[in-house]
Amino acid sequence: MLAESGKLDRRELTRALLEDRGEMVVIAGLGAPAWDITAVGDHPLNLPLWGGMGAAAMIGLGLALAQPNRRVLVLTGDGEMLMGIGALATIAVKKPRNLSIVVQDNEHYGETGMQETATKHGVDLVAMAKGAGFPQTMFVTKPGEVPALKAAIHAGNGPFFAVAKIDATSKKLVLPPRDGAIIQARMREAILGPEAHHQL
Amino acid sequence: MDGSAPAPAALAWPDAIFAELQRWGVRQVAYVPDGGHARLIRAVHAEPTMRAIPLTTEEEGIAVLAGAALGGQRGVLLMQSSGVGNCVNMLSLVKSCGFPFLALVTMRGEWGEFNPWQVPMGSTTEAAFGLMGVGVRRADRAEEVAETVAAAARMVFEGGSAVAVLLGQRLIGAKVF
Repeated sequence: MLAESGKLDRRELTRALLEDRGEMVVIAGLGAPAWDITAVGDHPLNLPLWGGMGAAAMIGLGLALAQPNRRVLVLTGDGEMLMGIGALATIAVKKPRNLSIVVQDNEHYGETGMQETATKHGVDLVAMAKGAGFPQTMFVTKPGEVPALKAAIHAGNGPFFAVAKIDATSKKLVLPPRDGAIIQARMREAILGPEAHHQL
Repeated sequence: MDGSAPAPAALAWPDAIFAELQRWGVRQVAYVPDGGHARLIRAVHAEPTMRAIPLTTEEEGIAVLAGAALGGQRGVLLMQSSGVGNCVNMLSLVKSCGFPFLALVTMRGEWGEFNPWQVPMGSTTEAAFGLMGVGVRRADRAEEVAETVAAAARMVFEGGSAVAVLLGQRLIGAKVF
């Protein structure tokens, strides 16, 4: 699971987190996390975002509140999380126990020219989540910590927030379905059944 | 009617909105704090079947309502006209995925506004929604609020459209200190 740099390989980490996922819903922030969840196996309960930078955690909140008995995982990047950083406060106030946010932190804007993000310069997203009031957090750098990360995602003691430091190398582009209407409709059907198409 | 008191309709329009949201089964009410919506926000917080979700910025509301729709719940976003510009890029989520979207927007900067910095966004609110394909309906009198919200809600929750209802500053009353 380690890249040559000695940091976690983002795709192997994603594969480990989504293995045996059960009924868990996964929202992936735009860019590499969306390609990652698709590379390890496209799924009706995946919402890979092609845009809406900063939206991933808040989509997770709306879903977690609407479906309190279902695990909801937001898998996103450090740049995407930083753009919607106020969501940490919004989510901490509502305290959805079934929502987890995992930031794959490569300390760069990998999709747009590899400029450094604030996390490269010491900004601590875990500390920000703790400060907002997230009761459960983790900081992950080693493969040996991944089983505990996965257990925390499934524990339902959230809201849970984790940063996993990952290797910054870009991976092969694996594109999810492009049509947003199809992506959202297939997820609604997977959650709500066929009647999803008869109601809003 | 006591001539010295506000007309009953003027007091009641936030209650009329609340009744419509109840009638349409709205469960998630995302909002940015706002004087015009204060009475409605208090009612939502007091209603156990509704979730009041205070936001740090308006575009969070677009995303949380998308999540609600994915999970089978209806939602509405309450905000001021000054926040509409913040939503422009995030509305691409609504447009690209075809999410239902209902916003109730109290207007500033258009009727007796004392603060000139409210005017630029207040005068371009409808145009900003129009840029992103959100239909706009408008209510300027208390007696037309309920039917306007109902018409918008029907388009959103039965038709899957994206609609914003602008509540005119003349209806709300210009802010006084």
